[in-house]
Amino acid sequence: MTVRSEAQKEREGAAVLEVRDLRVSFHTYLGEVKALDGVDFDLRRGEVLGLVGESGCGKTVTALAIGGLLSDNARVEGGQVLLEGKDLLKETKEELRQTRLREVSFVFQDPMTFINPVLSVGSQIAEVLESDRVFQDELVEYRLDELAREESKGDLTRAQAEERQALEGLGRGKKLSKKVLKRLAESRALDYMRTVKLPDPERVFKMYPFELSGGMRQRVMIAMALVRRPKVLLADEITTALDVTVQAQVLKLLAELRGKIDASVILITHDLGVVSEICDRVVVMYAGNVVEVADIDELFANPLHPYTQGLLASIPRPDVHAEEMKSISGSVPNLIFPPSGCRFHPRCPKRFDRCPGVKPPLVEVKPGHKVACLLY
Amino acid sequence: MDAEPNSEEQMPKSGAMADLRYSLHLMSRNKLVLVGSVLATGSILVALLAHVLVPASATVDDRALRICWNNPLINWNIPSVNVCPPPVRPLGTDAYGRNLLQMIILAVPLDLSIALEIVASAVVIGIVLGSVAGYAGGILDEAILRITDIFFAVPGILLAIVLMTVLGRTIPNLTLAVLISWWPLYVRLIRSQVLSEKERPYVEALRAMGAGRMRILFRHIVPNSIYPLIVQATLDIGSVILTVSTLVFLGFAPSTIATGQTPELGSLTSQGAQYLFSAPWLIIFPGLAILIISLGFNLLGDGLRDVFDPRLRR
Repeated sequence: MTVRSEAQKEREGAAVLEVRDLRVSFHTYLGEVKALDGVDFDLRRGEVLGLVGESGCGKTVTALAIGGLLSDNARVEGGQVLLEGKDLLKETKEELRQTRLREVSFVFQDPMTFINPVLSVGSQIAEVLESDRVFQDELVEYRLDELAREESKGDLTRAQAEERQALEGLGRGKKLSKKVLKRLAESRALDYMRTVKLPDPERVFKMYPFELSGGMRQRVMIAMALVRRPKVLLADEITTALDVTVQAQVLKLLAELRGKIDASVILITHDLGVVSEICDRVVVMYAGNVVEVADIDELFANPLHPYTQGLLASIPRPDVHAEEMKSISGSVPNLIFPPSGCRFHPRCPKRFDRCPGVKPPLVEVKPGHKVACLLY
Repeated sequence: MDAEPNSEEQMPKSGAMADLRYSLHLMSRNKLVLVGSVLATGSILVALLAHVLVPASATVDDRALRICWNNPLINWNIPSVNVCPPPVRPLGTDAYGRNLLQMIILAVPLDLSIALEIVASAVVIGIVLGSVAGYAGGILDEAILRITDIFFAVPGILLAIVLMTVLGRTIPNLTLAVLISWWPLYVRLIRSQVLSEKERPYVEALRAMGAGRMRILFRHIVPNSIYPLIVQATLDIGSVILTVSTLVFLGFAPSTIATGQTPELGSLTSQGAQYLFSAPWLIIFPGLAILIISLGFNLLGDGLRDVFDPRLRR
């Protein structure tokens, strides 16, 4: 047991979301696909956590399991997903819906198809807030804050003063009229459209998704996710469908937003370049297992798991002249019949006799650096 | 404004107005569609203005009959004392001695409103049952579909005839009778649309956002699935007018229509059928009115299909 300094504890913060030994399988005609086999990690308050791995390693399944959005043929076999201590896996459908509404937001991969094409983007951002009365008090407070800020800048107009009086007179829990609620929701939606740096938000508010570029749509999706002030933001391959310049802009936006929002972010990606740009810590997954967890600098400087080492080695580098691109030999295992013991052993360059027999536990080899490999 | 200046954020001029203008452009490209919209709008206008165009006192046209009676110039073999040929009045007079043009104008609002009621109710029933069936799936889907199948299986006119006979011959019953054989089509149509629409990624995004099922279905999926339904509805207005007229022609009409008190296109036609050879205008003109109205809405429906077809649109 290592003794950690106060500073380290401070830096690490408390966990907002703890995923404990999560096991999920899918039932198909071919057999049971053991998609997640004991996934285990923490998301700390305010951090950006990268979730990295090949296609099919269970990154997206992990995210969907956290939100309770798994398809019908999936079954959670065990484990816990604790959001500030409350187990999301034990919630009913309706409770989960409320959780998704208020606490856990998703941003998906392809902004082209993940927005309803027939409604204007502004109304779609605002709709989230209007849809449920749970946001009412929050909206009123938000507007009052806004008016207070206006006041500190200069005098309020008469209409604004009247509005404030009306809102202040409103008791908590008393129902606002639909019209007022809509106006409040729209003004907050506009505010968040500014936050995500959509140009000319008043005009974009009334535009339809097909009139926006991919980057703008991704901004709209981020605004939709943030407007509810979630505690956890699950960003699933948000840069994959975008070209490199737009990718850079979206990442820059995320980095800028970090100071402004209170959400902790799980960034799911297969792109280590993206990870290195904005993540604080990285969880490396392989075939439904977490194989390594480390701070970003530590991971790039000192990768311990052979899989992570392989991943890092296979990033093409212009300064190194190689005859052939390095890669990890073999391919992703069939998860209906996963390899015994360590699931990576058939492809591992450093395997030894114990590997096929024993499943390696995730052990902390250095403070904050965990790895699941029998070598350590 | 701290927007990043870059090539990514380009915006076309847009908004509802531009959208509307583009839709009109798409429709006006096709001459037939243009004709259709003119005819359809025309018949709606006639229906709205019917009681302005025709004086309330439009009954037996004595002056026309006085001109006709025993007039050797125009009185050729008229089968009934009340029937006057076209030159005397624009379209002649009907078997009751009333101005036929006025009768047709008075009949349009009745026929059109019955048709609109039937189509609108069928659309609403279709949207509710069809979208719920498509979205819920499982037992509910099966139940709704089997019930629709039952109504599909019975020939529409036959069912309507039975209903009219059992329930009595009134206008609401006539509407109900036609509606009962009309709605299953819409259920099928919207169900198939919802089935494909609910698999779209934005629906998953909405679920991830914690949106309720009702909201996802009726605010997001239904507006996306409704276009084929609008086209079908416009096409059907013509067909419903034809069906209603057929029923009335066959004699399944409310007593006011059967006795000629309330003019209706089908009944005007069936009365005219008695004088098919001696006074053909009695059947030609009401028949033509039915044709024009159904043709107008059919062509309009074709045009709407063009407007809503996303491949043509973008």
